[in-house]
Amino acid sequence: MKPAPFKYVLASSLDHALALKAEHGDEARFLAGGQSLIPAMNFRLARPSVLIDINGLTSLAGIDRPEAGQVRVGALMRYRALERDGEFLRSCPLFADALPHIAHPQIRNRGTIGGNLSHADPASELPALAVAMQAKMRIRSAAGGRTVAASDFFAGLLTTDLASDEMLVDITYPVLAPRSGACFMEVARRRGDFAIAGVAAVVTLDEERRCASVRLALCGVGETPVDAGAAALPMVGSRVTGESIDAVAAGVRELIAPSGNVHASADYQRHVAGELVRRAIRTAHQRISHAA
Amino acid sequence: MSTRFFGAPVKRNEDRKLLTGQALFIDDVELPGMLHVAFLRSQVAHARLKHIDVSRARKRPGVVAVYVAEDYGDYWQPCPLLVQPPPIPGSTFNPRTQVPLARDKVRYVGEPLAVVVAESRYLAEDALDDIDVELESLSAVVDIERALKSSSARVHDDLGSNIAAHVHQMKGDYRKAAANAQIIVKRRFRYEHGISSPIETRGVVAHWNARGQQMTIWDTTQAPVFIRNGLAAMLGLGERQVRVIAPFVGGGFGPKIMMFYPEEVALPWISMRLNRPVKWIEDRLEHFVATTHERGQIHDAEIALAADGRILGVKDVFLHDTGAYNTYGLTVPINSQCTMLGPYVIPAYDSTFTAVFTNLPIVTPYRGAGRQHGVFVIERLLDLAARELDIDRAEIRRRNLIPPDAFPYNNEIIFQDFAPLSYDSGNYEPVLAKALDAIGYQRFLKEEQPKFREEGRCVGIGIACYVEGTGIGPYEGAKVQVQANGKVNVATGIGTQGQGHFTSFAQIVADQLGIDPSDVDIVTGDTDQFYWGAGTFASRGAVVAGNAVNEASAAVRRKALKLASDAFECAEEDLVLADGKVSIAGIPGKFIRLGELAQRANPMRGAVRPGTEPGLESTQYFGPPSGATANGVHAAIVEIDPLTFELKVLRYVVVHDCGTVINPMILEGQIHGGVAQGIGNAFFEKLAFDDQGQLLNASLADYLLPTALDVPRMELDHTVTPSPLNPLGIKGAGEAGAIPVGAVFAQAIEDALQLTSRKIELLEIPLSPSRLFELTRQEGT
Amino acid sequence: MQPDQHEIELTVNGTRYRRTVESRMLLSDFLRHELGLAGTHVGCEHGVCGACTILLESDPVRSCLMLAVQANGRALATVEGLASADGELHPVQQAMHAHHGLQCGYCTPGILMTMTAYLTEHPSPSEDEVREALSGNLCRCTGYQNIVDAMMDAAARMREEAS
Ligand SMILES: Cc1cc2nc3c(=O)[nH]c(=O)nc-3n(C[C@H](O)[C@H](O)[C@H](O)COP(=O)(O)OP(=O)(O)OC[C@H]3O[C@@H](n4cnc5c(N)ncnc54)[C@H](O)[C@@H]3O)c2cc1C
Ligand code: FES
Ligand code: FES
Repeated sequence: MKPAPFKYVLASSLDHALALKAEHGDEARFLAGGQSLIPAMNFRLARPSVLIDINGLTSLAGIDRPEAGQVRVGALMRYRALERDGEFLRSCPLFADALPHIAHPQIRNRGTIGGNLSHADPASELPALAVAMQAKMRIRSAAGGRTVAASDFFAGLLTTDLASDEMLVDITYPVLAPRSGACFMEVARRRGDFAIAGVAAVVTLDEERRCASVRLALCGVGETPVDAGAAALPMVGSRVTGESIDAVAAGVRELIAPSGNVHASADYQRHVAGELVRRAIRTAHQRISHAA
Repeated sequence: MSTRFFGAPVKRNEDRKLLTGQALFIDDVELPGMLHVAFLRSQVAHARLKHIDVSRARKRPGVVAVYVAEDYGDYWQPCPLLVQPPPIPGSTFNPRTQVPLARDKVRYVGEPLAVVVAESRYLAEDALDDIDVELESLSAVVDIERALKSSSARVHDDLGSNIAAHVHQMKGDYRKAAANAQIIVKRRFRYEHGISSPIETRGVVAHWNARGQQMTIWDTTQAPVFIRNGLAAMLGLGERQVRVIAPFVGGGFGPKIMMFYPEEVALPWISMRLNRPVKWIEDRLEHFVATTHERGQIHDAEIALAADGRILGVKDVFLHDTGAYNTYGLTVPINSQCTMLGPYVIPAYDSTFTAVFTNLPIVTPYRGAGRQHGVFVIERLLDLAARELDIDRAEIRRRNLIPPDAFPYNNEIIFQDFAPLSYDSGNYEPVLAKALDAIGYQRFLKEEQPKFREEGRCVGIGIACYVEGTGIGPYEGAKVQVQANGKVNVATGIGTQGQGHFTSFAQIVADQLGIDPSDVDIVTGDTDQFYWGAGTFASRGAVVAGNAVNEASAAVRRKALKLASDAFECAEEDLVLADGKVSIAGIPGKFIRLGELAQRANPMRGAVRPGTEPGLESTQYFGPPSGATANGVHAAIVEIDPLTFELKVLRYVVVHDCGTVINPMILEGQIHGGVAQGIGNAFFEKLAFDDQGQLLNASLADYLLPTALDVPRMELDHTVTPSPLNPLGIKGAGEAGAIPVGAVFAQAIEDALQLTSRKIELLEIPLSPSRLFELTRQEGT
Repeated sequence: MQPDQHEIELTVNGTRYRRTVESRMLLSDFLRHELGLAGTHVGCEHGVCGACTILLESDPVRSCLMLAVQANGRALATVEGLASADGELHPVQQAMHAHHGLQCGYCTPGILMTMTAYLTEHPSPSEDEVREALSGNLCRCTGYQNIVDAMMDAAARMREEAS
């Protein structure tokens, strides 16, 4: 389990990295945290001929607030830095729930948010968070830049909208709106494993405490993160009750089409996803009252 | 002998090296000019090998050699059969043993086809890509029931079927027992055991010294002496020319006892051919298919009982998956067959098994070695019977225990050591009582469980008994030698993989010779230090080698006292051996240090009296007449989330009896580790093969070893019924922790989810949340 | 393809090293076989077992999931550097010995590196927190119980040393 040979280049600037990627295209890979790429290379499932190490690009490793109500996270932010950023976790509480589910501290010390989203593992927590929160992904290439919505970014199993010369540079998340509660939950076989099913829910109430909106996204149950907002629509406009939550759970079970894997049958995934939807919405809703 | 250290929780001698990163493990062996080896392994389970072309690989820079089966010439021989089948009349046994490199046919995914030797492992792996293999695929034999159909493909063409063995054993008359029974409970059980998956994989380093005509082999083996003898014969060398060293080994649990793995055979040969040291370290991906497994059995079993719950007889017919080869004989299925009788009086037993060849990796013993399967079947049968007869689960067990005055208890059938299955000693009821008491069995059922149920929580209890045949022969030896500096050197032939032998053997010596255990240096697993021995398996290291160490140190003690009595011209009875010296009782100032006695025992001048061996040392062997039988009870309280089926173990109790205890701290560690592996087996670890014989979860990300969050705190207690079969009275304990966990889990989960009221039974292991969901849904509707 | 070589300079346990490495050499292999620091073990090479855990600056990381060339200019710590120069064991090592927290000892270096970092950051953890912190290190021998006990004890020893 040793990687095949490759040429290694430590990128000295963003432009340098992008120029190299433009030159080598699909033959080249960016090396961020390496926590997905290096295992794949050790198994020789990935055999890039050029590795562009972007760990020196400190400009990608920050957090800022471009506008009120938004947080922008650089692609090179490591999970552990996010975990330790109390203000960020308060603004985006889904991360507080989700980050501890990602692998283990040793991996979170290296893994980056940009690497995670670019890797686009459908069982990973963060793509579901991006979809639930309607994040915006900023993409750069030597030729220019563009921004895409999270829902358009994830194109398929381990596949994104990124072209062969492009890099994800940062992600902008909305901060949690007033009268909102958020919750992420998952079922995995062991702590730190990829999810058999996971749910990110954000519930927002209006002034009368009726449901104003529900954002809902799932991981582990499709080839991409699944936006299940549609299943929650019947809840909008009325009070959140046990029955209305059950109805959403039932809707989600119908909406998703998990494929099953060595750990779980498709039926079990569907069943658990529904149960997690119930629990996550309930908790998100409770958190609003607690905050109020 | 004083017992200052025997029985005490003495801290381990070996820890310091391990804690500071100084212990030598196989991959730490570095030799000048060393080459590195990688194996090309079959990607398909069953195929005829048409052609291999290694010419491109040979040309790659950095590659020194590439070999295929033909290159081995006469060295290419199927492995000798490692374990003969027990002489059970009427048995069929078709030995087919693994080959060093596949030649005509491949029989499992992972079977080696070619070997690359290069300047580094990186380069060797590169060259694997250059090898072109032409195969003609055959349909894979994966399912053990379908394997027996006449239409099935055959793993070994020359056999008329896939039957590896067929064995029938019985005692009493089951038919009569069944005729007299109040009830008969009959079910089909499936039990799959997994892989041992030590954190250190296997490895071999071989170094041929042409000038000295000496071969040195470092090997992660549990049985260095057998490896030396076997390889010496294969290589055409004398045994004195071959030295096998088992360095620190990072866990074994059984599969490291399997011998003459293709890699073990290849490396020394390559080193001789190339006249350079060579190293092969198995990577984790290889480990999943290249190291032996333990896998599944299907039992059709029935139990006949009287109205009061007394067992009248048991009948069992089972299939056993032996994998592509059956080099290790019948050890695993015989263990299942024998262990099924448990601690119970079973007057009639009729058991038949068929071992089946499949296109899957080889099956050899892994901690428990088939005992889990047998215990699961008998314990589940008792649960089902208890329910039908409306007897409490613990009570039905108690009623059937072998009474203490019935020992030695002869179960008549033949065990893996070829001796009749006889339990040497035991006192079972107190063990069960202690376990019930510790877990609060009655209180739980009467008070706690109803409360949990009111709260909507699904909490259940499980309890299971087992016996474990341990400490089997043939023999082990030990050499105990006092050195001039007063330190004592002990050598034995077994290997050690973390069982604490460095310390427990030192305790035995320390008591005999009146010294501190830290003054005892133990060497295990180096054939140049000790010439004979069998190996570490079947929970026998402490029992068999421990007794040899005891006898050798007792002999040294006698010698020391004799020498001192000559020197002081006094009677031996007046001498005291303590604190590293022999002194005259009552005159503490008058003493001789052990080191000095050692020097006197090797005089430079004068004559050694006839009949006296020089040197303050002794070599003794110990061979038990038959195995010692340990026993125990596990009990657990588990909670299941009724909607996600996630499991939490709230309490886990183990009460066991493994005779006299050398070091309770080490013993507890063995039990903890065993239970953890049992939990892995019961609820986490499953080898997922597709119908083409591909392992779908060959990574530690998908083959789920339990973590610190999955193994609960365990509460341990024990009783002591010494074994009469050895002077120290000890019984083995290496496997006890792992054996009954599956039975406990199935019972506790059934209870937690109240499945019996819904007519759902858990008759298989491993379970998982997903599987529980499927089972409860299927039969619930 | 000609091997892609790089010159690197790094510090391990306070000692500076300068070596030329091929770009694909894993940091775990580099430490073990180039620098002879074989106390860092390798159990899976895909990030799961934790045996290869070392400290990068003061953070535990998997050395099997980093390239040696990425360690250029960095300061690392491995198990060989835990005991003091005069051989006195670190409190975590002492507690592992006292509680029989190791059997074969193969997982031990990774556990020591993970937990020294953890206990430095969390001086008074609960047992559940210790188990969570340990969950990224697999041990096949001990069933973890004695390791957990050792860590609770080590935390106390470290608190005492600090006060
Ligand atoms: C034992 C273990 C358990 C794990 N468990 C989980 C888990 O439970 N949940 C989970 O989500 N993840 C898990 N992971 C994966 C981990 O989260 C990875 O860190 C993550 O998937 C990839 O991030 P990285 O920074 O390490 O990226 P890398 O591995 O460096 O890169 C991943 C891919 O993304 C590309 N890439 C990286 N950065 C960019 C960029 N800015 N723009 C474009 N492409 C880029 C790379 O070229 C590569 O193809 C686990 C990993 C391990 C080893
Ligand atoms: S070897 Fe690095 S985590 Fe297993
Ligand atoms: S002590 Fe052997 S793996 Fe942990």
